Amino acid sequence: MKAIYKAFFAMAGLCTATLVHAETITIATVNNSDMIRMQRLSKTFEEQNPGISLNWVVLEENVLRQRLTTDIATQGGQFDVLTIGMYETGLWGAKGWLEPMKDLPSDYGVDDLFPSVREGLSVNGTLYALPFYAESSITYYRTDLFQQAGLTMPENPTWEQLGEFAAKLHQPDKDQYGICLRGKAGWGENMGIISTMANAYGARWFDEQWQPEFTGPEWTKAATFYVDTMKKYGPPGASSNGFNETLALFNSGKCALWVDASVAGSFTIDKSQSKVADHVGFATSPTQVTDKGSSWLYAWSLAVPTSSKHKQAAQSFVTWATSQQYAQLVAEKDGIANVPPGTRKSTYSDAYLQAAPFAKVSLAMLEKADPAHPSAKPVPYVGIQYVTIPEFQAIGTSVGKLFAAALTGQMPVQQALQAAQQSTLREMKRAGYPK
Amino acid sequence: MMTLKQSRRLQSVLLGTLAWAIALLLFFPIFWMLLTSFKTEIDAFATPPQFIFTPTLENYLHIQERSDYFKFAWNSVTISFGATIIGLLLAVPAAYSMAFFETRLTKQTLLWMLSTKMLPAVGVLMPIYLMAKSLGLLDTRLGLIIIYTLINLPIMVWMVYTYFKDIPKDILEAARLDGATTLQEIVRVLLPISKGGLASTALLSLILCWNEAFWSLNLTSSNAAPLTALIASYSSPEGLFWAKLSAVSTLACAPILLFGWISQKQLVRGLSFGAVK
Repeated sequence: MKAIYKAFFAMAGLCTATLVHAETITIATVNNSDMIRMQRLSKTFEEQNPGISLNWVVLEENVLRQRLTTDIATQGGQFDVLTIGMYETGLWGAKGWLEPMKDLPSDYGVDDLFPSVREGLSVNGTLYALPFYAESSITYYRTDLFQQAGLTMPENPTWEQLGEFAAKLHQPDKDQYGICLRGKAGWGENMGIISTMANAYGARWFDEQWQPEFTGPEWTKAATFYVDTMKKYGPPGASSNGFNETLALFNSGKCALWVDASVAGSFTIDKSQSKVADHVGFATSPTQVTDKGSSWLYAWSLAVPTSSKHKQAAQSFVTWATSQQYAQLVAEKDGIANVPPGTRKSTYSDAYLQAAPFAKVSLAMLEKADPAHPSAKPVPYVGIQYVTIPEFQAIGTSVGKLFAAALTGQMPVQQALQAAQQSTLREMKRAGYPK
Repeated sequence: MMTLKQSRRLQSVLLGTLAWAIALLLFFPIFWMLLTSFKTEIDAFATPPQFIFTPTLENYLHIQERSDYFKFAWNSVTISFGATIIGLLLAVPAAYSMAFFETRLTKQTLLWMLSTKMLPAVGVLMPIYLMAKSLGLLDTRLGLIIIYTLINLPIMVWMVYTYFKDIPKDILEAARLDGATTLQEIVRVLLPISKGGLASTALLSLILCWNEAFWSLNLTSSNAAPLTALIASYSSPEGLFWAKLSAVSTLACAPILLFGWISQKQLVRGLSFGAVK
């Protein structure tokens, strides 16, 4: 009988100890396929770390951004792991709101991360988030339409060349449009593509004294090209097309050309969602007078806020989810083509390049991306398709609205650029620039 | 030349057609949401929109696999009913005093209460967030119940006040002459007479609480997140999501639609109670 009591108390003690040490970490993330896969596969992490259980909060991107900003600014401590981009990492890291990613395990392979991605997630050389997946922008085109028209896509096209191809392939009576680009207003929507286009034309958001340059010849050329090409050879109602809408147009066979995020590569060749899966070609993001800043760089990353009450557990999850072991787990369970792209050199093995035909182009763009030098001219900021200053979200969206207005014909390009110059200058002065 | 009977018949047909047209127009978004929930993502995004397609249950299966629907639904039920019950407990005495013991400030007080509804919610996000944090109410059902009660209280007081105003004061005076206390007056006389109006007030509050998204998204994360947070989790910045979003929206709307359907008699009676004198 005594033995039974002893066993009972030993079990009770063990349970209590487990309960005392059990930690629940709350992870805020977005509803992207890679993140949903991470959620599914994270059971492996829980099995490997019995003292840690995971609580998932999945939100829409804009809601997530607003929610996280509120929580981190008030030190609310609602989340232990944040899914954020390079823009937030730079700002929040500098404010001391994020835990530095120090003391990473030796087998993590921090040198395996792409330097551009690492740099984009660091402030003064300290890493504040670990990259989960990264993307650049690339050119998608319809190989069947090019073949029928006797056209050949160069490996490194320019915007003017794309404009010429678009003119030749534009057949609206057949529901086939020459080129599809984002038109929906927003710093993360139309301004993503317009900023990289402007960079390719040699433009920059601000000069060294933080003076906006919208009325300069580079911006004028880029904006005129964007608006004219989209008006002549773009789909109707382009000003309401964001990433998803343009993806749907391309996948339903209505676009001959498309320049957008490399993450769309796997969607365009997936037969369950693309009608043109067998006819998609990939080329680098277009350049014009320069290739500097002509392809964007964005990394969805995992960070631990200083307000977290379970920092150690959170960091061990972040390390696991961004590790080579996790990439191997994805390859084993879901196939090598589904490994989170763009963060590690080791991902781009021959097997991966074969399984993901867009990966080679995407890799070339990622290796070339340099957020610290996004323009042919010197700039006082970091960021290719965005500027890492707190004011940029509002400024970018406001300028995006003006470009959308020019696209719908509500105002001429020159007027939109003038208005962009004035509103940006006003906001920058109000914010205390030049600093 | 039409006879009077024919003219009335024509008028009735025209009015009936108009009523059906408006009803169909109002119902169309719900119908489209239901239809889209049975489509594949590629069918959901097709242009022109497809009415004929091969239906699939894969979106519902995906939701069942990925999310704990019943946890979110239970939070919605608790929060909505909690806020409605507390709201009624506060609105009834407030409306009683305003309707039967009117002062020269009553009208202004009512207008002031309503004016609080005009403030954009985001304007008070930070102070309320900080207060919730300090009181330990972040991500708790109690926190949302308090917020929803306060948000809906002005409308509830207004509605109950309107119903109470239609009740003759003599009835209450008679009860008072019979020795009824204030509580007895309210519970035994006032509430039974105005139960139609109270039911419609409660229903309206329930619907408003059920559909509220701003505060539920901002003040909850996982423990107290209601169905509106579940819907938000199916919107995606990268990839097609309309079919799944429609399926989860259908699941989120279903309980309150069913509840409204069952209680529509009370709702219509209550809503027309104050209008017809």
